[in-house]
Amino acid sequence: MAERAQPVSQWPGIGAAALVAALILGTLAAVAARAETSGGFTSADWAALRFTLTQATMSAFFSVALAIPVARALARRRFRGRRALIALLGAPFILPVIVAILGLLQVFGRSGWISDIMGVFGLPPIRIYGLHGVVLAHVFFNLPLATRLVLQAWQEIPAERFRLAAQLGCNGMAMFRLIEMPMLKRTLPGVLAVIFAICLTSFAVALTLGGGPRATTIELAIYQAFTYDFDLGRAALLSALQLALTAATALVALKFSRGDGFGTGLDRALRRWDGGLPAIDTFWILAAAVFLMLPLASVVISGIAGFFDMPAIVFRAALISVLVAAASTAVLLLLALPMATAAASGRYGFVELSGILGLAASPLVIGTGLFILIRPIANPTTLALPVTALVNAAMALPFALRILVPAAQDITARHGRLALSLDMGKWTFFTRVLLPRMRPQIGFAAGLGAALSMGDLGVIALFADPQIATLPLQIYRLMGAYQMQAAAGGALLLLLLSMGAFWLLDRGGRWHAEA
Amino acid sequence: MLKLDCCVIENGNFTLSADIQIKVGTRVAIIGPSGAGKSTLLETIAGFRDLKQGQIFWNGRQISNLHPGKRPMAMLFQDGNLFPHLTADENVALGLRPNGRLTKEEQTQVRSALDRVALHGMGERKPSELSGGQQSRVALARVLVQRRELLILDEPFAALGPALKAEMLDLVADLVAETKTTLLMVSHDPQDARRIANQTVLVADETVFAPTQTEELLENPPPSLRAYLG
Repeated sequence: MAERAQPVSQWPGIGAAALVAALILGTLAAVAARAETSGGFTSADWAALRFTLTQATMSAFFSVALAIPVARALARRRFRGRRALIALLGAPFILPVIVAILGLLQVFGRSGWISDIMGVFGLPPIRIYGLHGVVLAHVFFNLPLATRLVLQAWQEIPAERFRLAAQLGCNGMAMFRLIEMPMLKRTLPGVLAVIFAICLTSFAVALTLGGGPRATTIELAIYQAFTYDFDLGRAALLSALQLALTAATALVALKFSRGDGFGTGLDRALRRWDGGLPAIDTFWILAAAVFLMLPLASVVISGIAGFFDMPAIVFRAALISVLVAAASTAVLLLLALPMATAAASGRYGFVELSGILGLAASPLVIGTGLFILIRPIANPTTLALPVTALVNAAMALPFALRILVPAAQDITARHGRLALSLDMGKWTFFTRVLLPRMRPQIGFAAGLGAALSMGDLGVIALFADPQIATLPLQIYRLMGAYQMQAAAGGALLLLLLSMGAFWLLDRGGRWHAEA
Repeated sequence: MLKLDCCVIENGNFTLSADIQIKVGTRVAIIGPSGAGKSTLLETIAGFRDLKQGQIFWNGRQISNLHPGKRPMAMLFQDGNLFPHLTADENVALGLRPNGRLTKEEQTQVRSALDRVALHGMGERKPSELSGGQQSRVALARVLVQRRELLILDEPFAALGPALKAEMLDLVADLVAETKTTLLMVSHDPQDARRIANQTVLVADETVFAPTQTEELLENPPPSLRAYLG
């Protein structure tokens, strides 16, 4: 036998990976070909680059700095609701950005709760728009991620080491220097790099809380070059800049990260003997919980009021969003399942590479490229929804692969030999063994994909005309028109749809699934 | 006759050479120190591992280039012999038709195979609803419907208690006798070999030795086996 017999076929997965690579590299090539370097970078472009780097640096720094005490508190305290809180830390990943921003505005905004309280004491209201608003929103989204990553590293410290240190009589500070400091030194660069990379491609946050010459990210500048000036050459030039930046950062982040952001088993509290003041840990846990839950609670409260007098256009947008999310999830699974299968049978390199490409390109860059490619053939705005579904799927692909590949590898390793010895066909193995065994992971990946697509406010903003909108875009438009009541109702609806889609698919995957 | 003709198997940094013949219908125990290559040998015969040199013949037909599923043998592994999400019926049915639906007649065959291993009426259960011994019986029922000429056991009963293991080995001995199947089984326990194997193959010192009568070998073990038996 020239090659080891495999229970599954690799070719569909290699085909899917090639398709993804073609989509991403093709759009990037279109961008590069179209970029007009003749004009060079204007001072506004340099300002956008500076702002992008500044806000990403600050967001990463504050997210990680705050995550350390929160993770430390969570690592060493056991209390009721700890599991729920840790689960809540996973929620911002699938929380629609526009919903969070509405909540943050209601809490921290000019006429928000905090400003109202400050007004009682005669203090001026907070000004949320600009750099600090963008950083605040990014910390809201990334503090939970940073906490989960740091907490995971904390819990990977073997319990024996704490026992040994306690045996040696180490107190809090000594224990920190001996055990925790080296762990943080190893972990933090990766966490910083990941969050920096995420914040680099921030579009929706900058669109809503930034803007103006002093608070424009490159992604936002691409959007503005499109919508205000319809200057495709400049949009392409900015896209190329964004691409170089993201690709470089993604490489650094991948080098540092160990690829386990979805780690489970975080519900174990370490037994420690160095005491420490419970009050300090309580403070950090409460502060983090309040910071995360207040904006969400605010959206729910204000949304209930606005829920029953939403204009019909909001429901139409909601229907469109559901359809786009469904299509995007279907495309995601059609790509990810064969790719995971191929990766499981030893073709990891190529498939992984193609999966990583999605991380290197940002939605607006791919959107720009697709716009350039589609325009000679058809009117891009008529394809706004299919393009949105496709780009959403491509963006969710790296995450879906991280969920599916280990499961596919495990199942192929465990059942492959039996299938081979029974002379089971490759298709039969795929449909009768791999798919049923992977149902929990498929449900989880589909749930993530659906929720991400449902809440996405990116490409759709580039392509949509005033007649058509997904729910996030519609909420953004309502906010722009100061119809805050309707926007809040729409945000609640979007929150319910995103979380509902995730819950339904994730639960569906685990329903009656055997161990 | 199973013939390993000047075979050399490579596994990492160790090689194993085998040049032996096993007669149809014999029950052969494969014994030897751990790490000597017993499982490696079985995996090679079953087609999960390539030969470095040599060829394998079954009744004069060369089988060493065949896909594992096309070889005239059924194999039970140390674990993972059943698909946990399929019922006992469905697991057994895979032995008859790995890729399709069963005919009425084949369904009857599945039922009677389960009856034969004393699992009457348990066809609807999934592996998690069966005890360890019952799971082994389901796997044996599947072997029964597969009707392969050679049965290879890579310690599938190792996780069972001594009494249950003995029971399973007796069942295996009965089944292979009824179907005139040749049996190759790895064993760690000389008592197992005594129990059902009339011949024993020693794997030691990177060599697969020719089969000898089990009693004889265990009564007068060569030095390498003596060191292992203690």
